Amino acid sequence: MLADPLLLARVQFGLNIGFHILFPTISIGLGWVLFYLRLRWSRGEAWVPHAYRLWVKIFALTFALGVVSGITMSFQFGTNWPGFMQTAGNIAGPLLGYEVLTAFFLEATFLGVMLFGKDRVAPWLHTLSSFLVAFGTTVSAFWILALNSWMHTPQGYEIIDGQFHAKDWIAIIFNPSFPYRLTHMLIASALTTSFVVIGISAFQLLRNRTWEPAQRLLKTMVVVAAVLTPVQIFVGDLHGLNTLEHQPAKIAAIEGIWHTERGAPLLLFALPNKAEQRNDFAVGVPKGASLILRHDAEAELVGLSAFDGKHPPVMPLFFGFRLMVGIGVLMLGLAWLGVWQLVRKREWPRWQLRAYAAMTFSGWVATLAGWIVTEVGRQPYVIQGLLTTADAASKVPAASIGLTLAAYAVVYGLLIVSFMVVVTQLAIKEAAGEKLPPSVAEEMATVPS
Amino acid sequence: MTSLDLPFVFMVLMGLAMLAYVILDGFDLGVGILLPFAPREEQDLMVSSIGPFWDANETWLVLGVGILLVAFPHAHGVILTALYLPVAAMLIGLIVRGVAFEFRAKATGWHRDLWNHLFSAGSLVAALAQGIMLAGVVTGFADGAKYTAFGWAVGAGLAGAYALLGGTWLVIKCEGDLQRKSMAWSRYAAAFAAAGVAAISLAMPYANPGIYAKWFTAENLVRLAPLPILTAAAFVGIWIGLGRLLQGKSRKEWLPFVLAVWVFVFAFAGLAYSLYPYLVVDRMTIWQAAAAPASLRFVLWGVIVVLPMIVGYTLFSYRVFWGKTRHLTYGA
Repeated sequence: MLADPLLLARVQFGLNIGFHILFPTISIGLGWVLFYLRLRWSRGEAWVPHAYRLWVKIFALTFALGVVSGITMSFQFGTNWPGFMQTAGNIAGPLLGYEVLTAFFLEATFLGVMLFGKDRVAPWLHTLSSFLVAFGTTVSAFWILALNSWMHTPQGYEIIDGQFHAKDWIAIIFNPSFPYRLTHMLIASALTTSFVVIGISAFQLLRNRTWEPAQRLLKTMVVVAAVLTPVQIFVGDLHGLNTLEHQPAKIAAIEGIWHTERGAPLLLFALPNKAEQRNDFAVGVPKGASLILRHDAEAELVGLSAFDGKHPPVMPLFFGFRLMVGIGVLMLGLAWLGVWQLVRKREWPRWQLRAYAAMTFSGWVATLAGWIVTEVGRQPYVIQGLLTTADAASKVPAASIGLTLAAYAVVYGLLIVSFMVVVTQLAIKEAAGEKLPPSVAEEMATVPS
Repeated sequence: MTSLDLPFVFMVLMGLAMLAYVILDGFDLGVGILLPFAPREEQDLMVSSIGPFWDANETWLVLGVGILLVAFPHAHGVILTALYLPVAAMLIGLIVRGVAFEFRAKATGWHRDLWNHLFSAGSLVAALAQGIMLAGVVTGFADGAKYTAFGWAVGAGLAGAYALLGGTWLVIKCEGDLQRKSMAWSRYAAAFAAAGVAAISLAMPYANPGIYAKWFTAENLVRLAPLPILTAAAFVGIWIGLGRLLQGKSRKEWLPFVLAVWVFVFAFAGLAYSLYPYLVVDRMTIWQAAAAPASLRFVLWGVIVVLPMIVGYTLFSYRVFWGKTRHLTYGA
């Protein structure tokens, strides 16, 4: 089992891509939060520079982690999946190339100006830099999700001598699952960021009730989360319907439907039993799955046995999906509760601040769970129905993959812990009321309010 | 467009991206390699001199490997699979170094020392690994003790060359005691770099008859003579220029850095001439490895439109942080 190079290559790539996605998920959303704070700067409110100072540091850290793990990925396409590049390089290459050209340089270069150039360029230029960084992160998501979506719902290609050739770039980029996946991911990023800001602000308020930057940001982001969570649930539902159309095996695994049936139940809990091709201890809403997926209680849903063994494993999809949805529901409850408190103009109760602080990195868990569902859900294929993951894998000896896998795992483990510790420490330090530099304090004082 | 030799165009683009990478990330990796030689109070300023740039500098590596992937997908897999372990070592070095850069700025006490050590260690590992990768490419991924030793030698030479770029960069960006130290470091580094360039120049024709034939005919020797001569002249110029700066006889602080860049450009030209038209020596040419013309054309349009913009705003960012380095602040 451990000597299986394909499994090791998948675990290594999964580890790396799973580690990587944590950071862009925050930096896409946080880039726009910082742009918002930079726009508010000129109003002369003293809380803004305090908030900006904390979050720009966290952004710099997040961005760096995203860059270095992203560079790793650009190499691992070749080291782990040479078969993918040799077969589909004509499609994958240009999409990745456009990501580098239109996004990576833009965000990396203006990041330098945004982080360290405030005293060196005109205010409008600094604000523009902040915009370009946020814009760059979003453009980057556009290209990489176009490629990822194409791997799920390929079109616009022709196969000549076993190789993919592009026929229609518009069809390739705007493939059927792309609009749903892009929207779903961008909102996931916004929600993850919202809860990071909500959580850290709540954590600061637990230590210092009067800390204005945290009070302000907490309010704003609770409202953002309260609006976006239901939108996300709606978009997620559309994404699911799109998946049912193009990748029915994925949906069957998510819903735990082993055999084609009419009036399939919506399972809330069950233990999928692979050996006997059925679910144990199932608790569900009768006819719920048929109703949600086909809008008809008696509709037929195709089961896994119809796919002749070429379907994804049930366990990770079944539980991954429920974990993601569970966190979504929790987010919805906590965000709406927060808005309710705001409407009633109540002080935040301590238990609620504690709950928010506990939810700080909940978006990470939901995002990872969602990606595991969609990516494992494409197995055994790397390009749905066309190229299997096994055929794309490299012939590198298992020992080399195992060795580097262990090294990556150690480094990534330490970095995640360091990231969370440093973010917490920065928040504590800022909420202790460290003074603004004299030049900024003066700037705030001279603006007529 | 049909008459255009697209693989050749993309080979040139890839070469330019790689050259931009080794020069740009070279100087900031070099500063990382030199960090342990400075006392603690000067380390902050050294890191500040590269702070606004390292992210974008590293992006050239993504562009270089990206073009390899876009334009030569058949070689991408072959090369990266053959270089599996050094690539992994380089990536871990770059990861550790990149994040140490951010973590060190936020840490205090022994944490900060730890991140400083990791910053230099990561920089050194990345440089060594890149040297080993380069050695693999020029020898066609040959195995054996002799080639392993050669790989480490090229690694040491490249680390020296990066330290030379880093040291001469610091000569431009710093003042006073730190600047004088940088001059001294740069001289040592220049010796390493020169040894590395000499080693690789001699080993390549020795190891490969095809490359030998490209250089050692009477006609070619004469025609190509400027390459080694001008490279050697640049090294001599660096040595003398640093000496004159140290003695206070010259104020041309930018000269050693410019000459170090010159060394990279000429060494790169020599490598490119030796390897052309192969991506994998004697096994795969650029035309055999190339992607479909339709895909290359699609990307070329993007390159034509976007690359000038990238160069433009890169120059802009260097202008913003022009002049002697001050300690970096987030402006709040």
